[in-house]
Parts: sequence; structure tokens; C-alpha cells
Amino acid sequence: MKMELKDNIKRRNRSNGLFRYLVIAGAVVTIIPIFLIVGNLAVKGYRQINIAFFTQPAPDTFQAMTAAVSGEVIPGGIANGLTGSLLMVLLASLAAIPLGLMTGIYLYENGTKRYARFIRSLTEILQGVPSIILGIIAYLWVVKNITKGYSALAGSLALTIMMLPLIIRSTEETMKMIPVTIREAAFALGTPYYKMIYKILIPVSFSGLATGVLLALSRILGETAPLMLTALGSPAISFDITKPVSAVPLLIWDFYNDPNMVNLVWSASLFLMVFVLSMNLLSRRIASKRKYI
Amino acid sequence: MSDTQNSEPVIKIENLFIAYEPGRYAVNDVSASVKRNSITAIMGPSGCGKSTLLRGLNRLHELYPDIETKGEILLNGQSIFSMSVIELRRKVGMVFQRPNPFPNMTIYENVLAGFSLNDIRLRKSQRDEIVENALKNVTLWDEVKEFLYRKGTFLSGGQQQRLCVARAIAFNPEVLLLDEPTSALDPVATSKIEDLLVELKKQYTLVLVTHNMSQAARISDESMFMYLGELVEAGRTETLFTNPKDARTEAYLTGKFG
Amino acid sequence: MNGDRVIKALLFISSLIILLLSAGIVLSLTGGAIPAFREYGPGFITSTVWNPTSGSEEYGAMPFIAGTVITSILALIICIPMAFSTSLFIAEYYRGTRTANILRSLIDLLAGIPSIVYGFWGFYALRPLLISTGLTDQGFGVFTASLVLAIMIVPYATSLSAEIISMVPAELKEAAFSLGATRREVIFNVVIPSARSGIVASFILALGRALGETMAVTMLIGNANLIPKGLFAPGNTMASVIANQFGEADGLKMSALIAIGLLLFVITAIVNAAGKMIIKRFA
Repeated sequence: MKMELKDNIKRRNRSNGLFRYLVIAGAVVTIIPIFLIVGNLAVKGYRQINIAFFTQPAPDTFQAMTAAVSGEVIPGGIANGLTGSLLMVLLASLAAIPLGLMTGIYLYENGTKRYARFIRSLTEILQGVPSIILGIIAYLWVVKNITKGYSALAGSLALTIMMLPLIIRSTEETMKMIPVTIREAAFALGTPYYKMIYKILIPVSFSGLATGVLLALSRILGETAPLMLTALGSPAISFDITKPVSAVPLLIWDFYNDPNMVNLVWSASLFLMVFVLSMNLLSRRIASKRKYI
Repeated sequence: MSDTQNSEPVIKIENLFIAYEPGRYAVNDVSASVKRNSITAIMGPSGCGKSTLLRGLNRLHELYPDIETKGEILLNGQSIFSMSVIELRRKVGMVFQRPNPFPNMTIYENVLAGFSLNDIRLRKSQRDEIVENALKNVTLWDEVKEFLYRKGTFLSGGQQQRLCVARAIAFNPEVLLLDEPTSALDPVATSKIEDLLVELKKQYTLVLVTHNMSQAARISDESMFMYLGELVEAGRTETLFTNPKDARTEAYLTGKFG
Repeated sequence: MNGDRVIKALLFISSLIILLLSAGIVLSLTGGAIPAFREYGPGFITSTVWNPTSGSEEYGAMPFIAGTVITSILALIICIPMAFSTSLFIAEYYRGTRTANILRSLIDLLAGIPSIVYGFWGFYALRPLLISTGLTDQGFGVFTASLVLAIMIVPYATSLSAEIISMVPAELKEAAFSLGATRREVIFNVVIPSARSGIVASFILALGRALGETMAVTMLIGNANLIPKGLFAPGNTMASVIANQFGEADGLKMSALIAIGLLLFVITAIVNAAGKMIIKRFA
């Protein structure tokens, strides 16, 4: 048996080492795309980014063509997309944050009851619905019936439905991490229920809640598909919620479809990506600095 | 076995240092020896380094990165750091604090786990023989012989732990290391395991970490008392308990701390 | 006490919103899809005809179902080795080290990149690469789309798998090590069997993500309304056809698209529910 053991060890050690290299190689291959994508965007997009990029609306195709031909930086920027995105995200947040918080608190307070479990399952299902389908819904509900045409309101509805499950989930998870003793202490002091929610529960879990909101925001900022069916896009900088409006991802889509605006695609994408990633990082920083939770 | 072989310690620890962080030694300059076919107990308050020392003996501590080791451990005169870790672990087996039969394996497979993990093929007859012997050695055979092909998780804590001992001795190691093997068990199971260990020392050498002094007093032949990483005192159990030389040992034994 | 009741009522009402939304979504989708089903019957699901010319309109969902299923499954297959090795890296081999943390952050970065950015990176950077290998002419098609899709779902599969793998009790692994197993043997014989259902569930959930992806796929799949003829042939998916054609659709065509949306909704819901159920039973 001893002889067999020695042969056995060498072979097994070799296969062990080989597998380790495979794992490392696999991990490296997995992260290569990040560098490729970020690198590509940075290199090709930075030239176009200047003050005008943020303050001017998108150029029309003729302006872009003349600039491309003469090798100049394309005039104009993404201001109409910025304002549109801002408008819709604001509207969506106004609706989704309070609703999401309250539903999340409801689920937390009613944990295991049948109705609560049912709502929780629905929330999970809602979270998995592809965004394009929410676009169809917002089209049917708002574009067809309320604003009788494409509008920022419709876009906001789609974004709201996207944000809701994320906020509900993170609210409930955050609250579950509050030590039970804090609630008990509050009750022992005679705090009425509603006061406990806004004086204790929410402040204590604030950073967790903020993280959830930030993550939900970063998720919807990059969404294009539902907006194509609802907000449609517009060259103007407008704050009219009943009219079509642009958004940064929609602009990227417009630029992509117009061969003259190729350069703008890189810079707009670079901007969008950096913005979304910064929000992610920000929420991560907040999460790691939490005191209680 | 001749007299000279009998008197040579199975394990010799020479000036062993083990640190998890640079400068903070969990095992601080420990030198000791373990006699063949004995039960050696390592005692001490929590954090004294007894588990770290035990895990040094089968180089399990190397699983964790950033560990710094200095000094020597000899198994039958050969440095355990110079042999392949796989070879070492065939000669030195381990039983853990919480019974941990592999949940994805049947009782039969659990006993043979050492062989299957080491990719050693055996004929069915060899396998059956090993399983029966090991289970008989831990007095579990009669209780489980009808259920060999069921997963081990339905067994009681004590039975599971005996299964883990069977798994460790299926290999026929020379030394068996036990890290607080009964601290998760009820008193009846504990006493069964203690009886088992006393039986086993006829065939194997046992090193037992325990936080339960009375257990050490009950079953061990030799004892070591550790405190803050140092080996304070070592010797025959009776002597240590009745006539401790070091004040710290005495304080521990009389329950002043621990 | 009054304040209490008001608050409790408010909280309950907001929970109703989820109920109403879910019901509304199902009802609207079904309602919008009915005309198409009434016209073409259940055969709509298996029909491969897509003819929008007025006068002889006929629509069928099969090309898109096929496209969605093929690209998603192919993406999952490509994703599995990447996610598997990365999660082993993070949760086993380099667990707790700074390298693992950096890797984890980088993977999270991948998850944060918007779909449209993936799409057009695929268009401008990946396509030329694939064309230069000679495997494909134009670069559009099932393979390109699946490749980008795979990269997009890797973060989901990885983070969940890594979490499951790191939950395997240390004692189990130590027991295996002390019997003399090598690291690879411990992983294959102890870690993976323990974590098996969780890992499978994470891949199913990643599949669910892939099914609903729109923009990146739209930009790379070639938008041909037929069942793809080969690995590098163009095709179309349910999400893409909706994104592309919904804007100018009306009447029967719109109903057909909504019906496709309904099908996508159902398929995604089933896959996601399956994944969640496996995780719940496991954990």
C-alpha cells in the first residue's frame, strides 16, 4: 500500500495544482471584459466631454455630419437627456420611495402572516419582470389612456414599478437587522407605535435605507427599453410631464442609430457608466460605514 | 514491540512557535513529547493555544494564510514538515468538536471517506472489512449495521461522533488527535466516548484537547497545561493534579480561572 | 392610539398597491393579448410566420421564443465556467484576502454597466473581433448576442454562488483535509455536494435575468424574424422584437406583441420562481 500511496500523491498534487490554475485563469478571463469596456469607453469618449456636453441639447444629424467630416468635436451635448432623466427619476422616486418604504415596513412588522408572505412573493415576482414588459404596461395605462401620447409620466410609471420591489426588499432587510432590543427599549418607555416608526426605526436604519434607494436609482438610470415605449425621446429640454421627453440612455440609442453621431455615443455612454458606477460606490461606502447595521 | 521502541515518544515537539499575526504567538515556545499508546490531555482556559497546538500536529493550521510557524515537530523521529502533508494525515487522524459526518455520504461511505478522498481504490471485500472493523472498534457496529446505506445525519450526536472516530481510525493511523470531542455531547454520550478512548489507546496514541478538567483527570495518562500560548507544566496526570509545580497550574485546577 | 391605527392602515394600504400592480399587470397583458389569440388561436405560440403586410397579416411567436431560449441558454453555458471559477476564487482559494475583495468589487462593476452600453460595446468592439476570426460575416447573430449576455449575467451567478459556497461549514472541510485530501478533492467531494442546490439556483436565477435582457441583445442579434439557422446566424428575441416594433405597431400587430410580452412574463416568472424555491428549500 505504501508504494501505491507515493504514486498517488504525485498525481493528486499535480491535478490539485492544475485545477488551481484553471480557477485563477477563469477568474481572470471573467474580469477582462470590465477592463475592455471601461477602457474603450474612456479612451474614445473623453474627448467629447466638456462643459457644452452637459449644457447643450443633442445636435441634429446635419450638425453632427459637418463636424464629423471636418474632424471636429461634434457640437451639442446631452442636456435634453439629462433633464429628461432627472425629471423622470425624480417623479419615480417621489412615488416609489414612500410607497416602497411603507410597504417594506408593513412586511417587516407583519413578517410571517399569510397575507404578508403573499405580498412578499408578489414583490419578488415583480422584481423579476423584464423592464420591457413594464414599458408595455406603462404604455397601455398612461400613453393610451392618460396622456394620450408618449410622455414623461408614462416613463416615470415604468421606472416607479422597477424601483418599488428593490426598495421594498432593502427596507425590509435593513429593518430586520435592527437589534430587537432597541424596539423593546422604545416600547418600554411607552412610545406609541407610529412614533416608534419615524423616531426610532427609520433614523436607526437610515443608512441602510439610503443604500437601498441609491441602488434602486442606479438600476433605473441605465434603463432604456421601457423608455422607448413610453417617453420616446425629444430634442427639446422640457419639464412637461405630459409630453415626450428624452433621457440619457435614449439619447445613446438615438446616437447609436445615427452614423454621424458615433463619437457622441462613446462620451454619453462613458458619462452614464461613470455616473451609475459612482452611485454604486457611494452606496457601498455608506453601507460600510453603518454604525448599528 | 521492544522496550526501546516503547519508550521513544511518538511525537516530539521542539520549541514550537505558531503565530496568526506577526508577533502574536498563539503557541509560544512549546516543547513536549507524547508517549506511545497513551492518552495525553492538553488543558487550559480558552485562548490558551491548546487547539492551535493540536492542529499543528497534523499541520491543519496551514489551511489559514499568514500563519507563521517556527520550531520542529517530530513523528517517530521524522519532521512532519519534511514529509508530504497527505502522508502525515494518514498517520495522524483528527476528530473535531462538533460531530461532522459528511452529509452527502452514507454511513458506509463516511467510514471509507479517507480512502475515497485520497482516491484509493479498494475491492468491495476490503471495503466491507474496513467498515466493519472500524465500526466495531467504536462500538457502533451493532447499532448501525442495518443502516449502513443511509446518510449519517439521522444518528444521535454521540453516535455521529463515534462515526467520526471510526472514519479517522479506518486509516489505521498511529496517532489520533481529538479537539474537545465531547463538548457538544450530552453526559451519556460523553461517557460512552470516554470509555471508547480508553479502549482505543491500546491500539493508537491519543492526544486530547479538553476544557473539562475532570475529563482529563478521568481518562488521561499524561497532561499538559497551557496558558496564554505557553506550556506551563506537563507530566503524569495524577502528579499534575495532586501536586502541581506551577502556581498557575494550581490556580487553574482549583477553579480560580478558566 | 388613533395615530397608531392611522399608521397601520396606511401601511396596509401601501401593501395593497403591490397587489393592485401585480393584478393590473397580468390583466392588462392578458387583455391586450386576447385579440391576437382570438385571431390565431393557441397556434400563435408555435407558429413561425411573421408577416406584417396589411391584408394578409399573420403573426406567430415561435421565432422569438426560440431566439430567447437559445440565446439565454447559450449565455448560461458560456457563463457557467466563468462564474464557477470566479466564485471558487472568491469563496475558497483566496477567501478573505484583499485580492478576493477587489475581484468582488470588479464583478459588481460589471453588474452596474447599463445594458445599452454593453450593446454598443458589443457592436463596436466585439463584432470586429469576431469578424476577424472568420466565423461570421457581419458579426450579428446568436453567438455574439449570447456572448455579451453571458458577460452580463456573470455577476449574478457569481455573487450568489460565492455566498453559498462560503456557507459550507469550515469543520466539514477541515475533516476532509485531516483525512489527507488535497484542496481540489475537498472542493469536489465536500464543498460542491454541500453547495450544489444553491449553485444550481444561482444559475437558474441568472438565466431568468438573461431571458428578459433587451437592449444589448437587440443591438447584436440581427433582428431577423425567424428561427436562427445556425450558431452565427441572426435571429430575434421576444424582448427585442417588442422593443423594435412596438413603437409603430397598432391593432393586431400590437396585440401580437403584447401576447409575446405575456409569454415572456410567464416564462421569466416561472424560471425565477423555480430558482427562488430551490434556494429556500436549500437554505
